[in-house]
Amino acid sequence: MVKVTIDGLEIEVEEETTILKAARQLGITIPALCYNELIEPYAVCRLCVVELQRGQRTRLVTACNYPLRESVVIRTNSERVQRLRRMNIELLMARAPGAKIIQDLAAEMGIERTRFPLEDSDEKCILCGLCVQACSDVVQAYALGFSERGSKRVIGPPYDTTPETCILCGACAYFCPTGHIKMTDTDGRILHSELTLGPNAAITLPFRQAIPNVPRVNPDYCIHMKTGGCELCVKVCQKEAINFTELAQDSFEEFEVGAVIMATGFQDFDPTPMKLYGYGVLPNVLTSDEFERMNNAASPTGGRIVMENGEEPRSIAILHCIGSRDEHYHKYCSRVCCMYELNFAHLVNVKTSAEVYQLYIDMRSFGKGYEEFYQRILDEGVNVIRGKGAEVVPAYQKRRGEGGLLVCCEDTLIGKYREIPVDMVVLCTALEARADAAEIGRKFNISTGADGWFIEAHPKLAPVSTTTEGIFLAGVCQGAKDIPDSVAQGAAAAAQVMKMFCQGELLMDGAYAEIVEDICSGCRICNGLCPYNAITYDIEKKVSAVNPAMCKACGTCVAACPSGAITGRHFTDEQIYAQIEGILA
Amino acid sequence: MSFEPKIIGILCNWCSYTGADLAGTARMKYPANMRSVRVMCSGRVDPGFIFDALAHGADGVLICGCHPGDCHYVEGNYKCMRRIPLTQRLLQDMGIDPRRLRLEWVSASEGGRFQKIVTEFTEEIRALGPLKLRDMKFDMNRPDRYSLMAEAGDTVHTY
Repeated sequence: MVKVTIDGLEIEVEEETTILKAARQLGITIPALCYNELIEPYAVCRLCVVELQRGQRTRLVTACNYPLRESVVIRTNSERVQRLRRMNIELLMARAPGAKIIQDLAAEMGIERTRFPLEDSDEKCILCGLCVQACSDVVQAYALGFSERGSKRVIGPPYDTTPETCILCGACAYFCPTGHIKMTDTDGRILHSELTLGPNAAITLPFRQAIPNVPRVNPDYCIHMKTGGCELCVKVCQKEAINFTELAQDSFEEFEVGAVIMATGFQDFDPTPMKLYGYGVLPNVLTSDEFERMNNAASPTGGRIVMENGEEPRSIAILHCIGSRDEHYHKYCSRVCCMYELNFAHLVNVKTSAEVYQLYIDMRSFGKGYEEFYQRILDEGVNVIRGKGAEVVPAYQKRRGEGGLLVCCEDTLIGKYREIPVDMVVLCTALEARADAAEIGRKFNISTGADGWFIEAHPKLAPVSTTTEGIFLAGVCQGAKDIPDSVAQGAAAAAQVMKMFCQGELLMDGAYAEIVEDICSGCRICNGLCPYNAITYDIEKKVSAVNPAMCKACGTCVAACPSGAITGRHFTDEQIYAQIEGILA
Repeated sequence: MSFEPKIIGILCNWCSYTGADLAGTARMKYPANMRSVRVMCSGRVDPGFIFDALAHGADGVLICGCHPGDCHYVEGNYKCMRRIPLTQRLLQDMGIDPRRLRLEWVSASEGGRFQKIVTEFTEEIRALGPLKLRDMKFDMNRPDRYSLMAEAGDTVHTY
């Protein structure tokens, strides 16, 4: 510890503490432009200059990088210091006349204009090099550097081209003290397709109601994950809650469980292949998911319904059955769309004065209170047109002003072709089985139907069980359903599991396959055939054995056994031969 | 007396047997020539059953299972799908028209399809005539070793 006196105040600080830090502890401000506590001080701006007295000798030093090692007396605002600081600020003013922070500092010192000739009245860069240090020391991207010498010295990427190493992290702009480097959104438009993204800082809350409600590091944006540098968050976090060594290593945990409830849900149908609707091509053509996201109070638009140019739409068309009830994509009805589309219409009516058009094939308001809601929407004055939207085309100036859309459809109630001019189109896309449902199904030995949904054991009598004992289904992974139905099925699946556990013993079907050890040759053909992994090979006995708890009695192994060692109980070869011969006798 | 073919139908429990049941409860009419044997899965169909049926006087064998991708036992019908063409080839080598064995997919809701398949298959077997297995002579050395089969109205298909 060393004892120093700053402007007559005494303070004891640890050795190697810089004068600037010690002064800040005392509440004394020393102006500093090029200082940032996260970056090694470089002492370029020379504004933090102070007078240091050791014995009878005094000298001028920069406060930001002068380490205190012995008892000294420091004056931060003596006449000598002030004179030098004023000179420095005048020189900086001449160097970067466009930087407001320098003007303000000068005004504080009572300087209105510089005596020196201005180089460029818009120049803001003071060549402090904070950006270069941030890029190389913190980010470790090495995309910025000094070039030229003396009065020609400039900061920039090599050869003035965007370097490949630049990861667009914006650290240079963040550290720039004069605002010379800026990150700008080039056209300032609202991109509907990116609405699902949150703020793109690397450390954010995933969304406002997230549980647990703690920030997370997004590896897609994190500089450390890209370059291995940075780790500023680790330095800043006083609770030492950020740990990259653990984060970087994902670990696999194994659990032993008695039952599994599959609740893997669905994915949204991508309407891009349906060229007629112009999704991804025409502006203001949204999917229902994007529209829902925009309506959320926590969305980038704050829940306002806006077009890409930021204006409120004057009319919105909501197209039902995009990808569902369609011979070319999914034949089934997605079931939830009609009702959420009516809700969309209601939201539009509440939030805007826009005209709403609903284009439907059949209105399926099947649930409790749903039909009443439909009536309420009709009373609100929503235009409900029976006829599937056939095409969305851009409407040109003569119709609606640039950027408008035309929705073509056949109104089957009046038997006429209609073209409806609108500002925004919402495509209500089908719910579809997740792309990896079949793969997951194979892992859990449950099958998927032709639509891709998991198949229940029986459509009426066992709607939450599967053909594999101990695996249950809940929610949309079994078929399109709305929230009340999903909740009911989830509760039913949980009850099924509890029933299984409470019994304490497992009731098995009497039909299963058996292997007669004496006949089994140990060829292992059956091992690979079993879809339930019920057959294991006993290396010591050199025979295969069936686990009757896992066997579902399909008989595939029985038919395949070349030595006839496997018997399918209740469907033995003898029984079937006897049946065939009996019929033919 | 006109020829009434005897046909053995081996049906999977989950799709085709239920489909046949549906055809019955819906009062759909199809020839009574087919007698069904229930197995749990079309994957259970041992080619032995087919040979046994033909050896004991059946004129045709119809195997029905769930549509591909819809198997109750994940993929039993794919195994059946691979076994039947091999069995047909064996039948051909034995001098039996492979058309006498047919594999069809019938789901639990396709009572109409089941009716159609059975009717068609019965007519096809009727046209092929009885399978005179006992009268067939087999001589490896004769180039027209399937002569008797040809007399019986069967034709040999080569793959």
